[in-house]
Amino acid sequence: MADRDFSKQRKGLVAMDGAMALIVLLVIVQIWLLSAALEGLLAGHTETALPAAIFSGLLFLCCVALNSFVGRVDRESREE
Amino acid sequence: MPFFRKPDSEALWKEEFSIHAADERYVSRRQFTKFLTLASLGMFVGNLWILARSYFTRSAVFPRSMVAGIGEIPVGGVKLFAYPTAADRCILVRTAENEYNAFSQKCTHLSCAVYYEKETNRLACPCHHGYFSATDGSVLQGPPPRRLPRILLERQGQEFVAIGVKVR
Repeated sequence: MADRDFSKQRKGLVAMDGAMALIVLLVIVQIWLLSAALEGLLAGHTETALPAAIFSGLLFLCCVALNSFVGRVDRESREE
Repeated sequence: MPFFRKPDSEALWKEEFSIHAADERYVSRRQFTKFLTLASLGMFVGNLWILARSYFTRSAVFPRSMVAGIGEIPVGGVKLFAYPTAADRCILVRTAENEYNAFSQKCTHLSCAVYYEKETNRLACPCHHGYFSATDGSVLQGPPPRRLPRILLERQGQEFVAIGVKVR
């Protein structure tokens, strides 16, 4: 029984690490988007600002979803 | 806390600092994920700010300002002026008999002031050797990522008047 709990906890940790790595990737993409949009604004290409903001918002929502997933996995592993 | 402490009681510093410093600095996965999500929110807010700025700059209105008189500067000569505000330094170049071009003097790389090279007919940035065309402000060489903003000129009698800024 104890062995099974331990493996469950380990699976939870792996899932959390994967989610964290994905969030890091999404934030890196957002940093790139922000720098590209700023560069576009300075160069007078204002048409890039809207798609960049929409895509950045979507990535933020993904980050929120992953954050809640990590919270849920953490809670479940502590309850067991 | 009692006024008098028993001699065999725990040391006072141990009671007051009962948490190890290393434990205090420990960041859990949950906290780190929260921090990353906050960073993501910051990036999103930054993009929204850029969006707001891009809509704001679309409706920018430029003043009319006298730059120079016809024939005031010789062929190959320059005149420095400020437009649209006193903080925006610009350069007017007379590249040919009837050709006047005005650009922002701020290099698009790191904002150093560019100067006119008459021999090669280009604007040079002395900081990192960036070169711009004196005809259209495009980048010829070096690290600048984009062209110099062009100052739109209008001939009004015997004078040149600045009427706007063209960024692209």
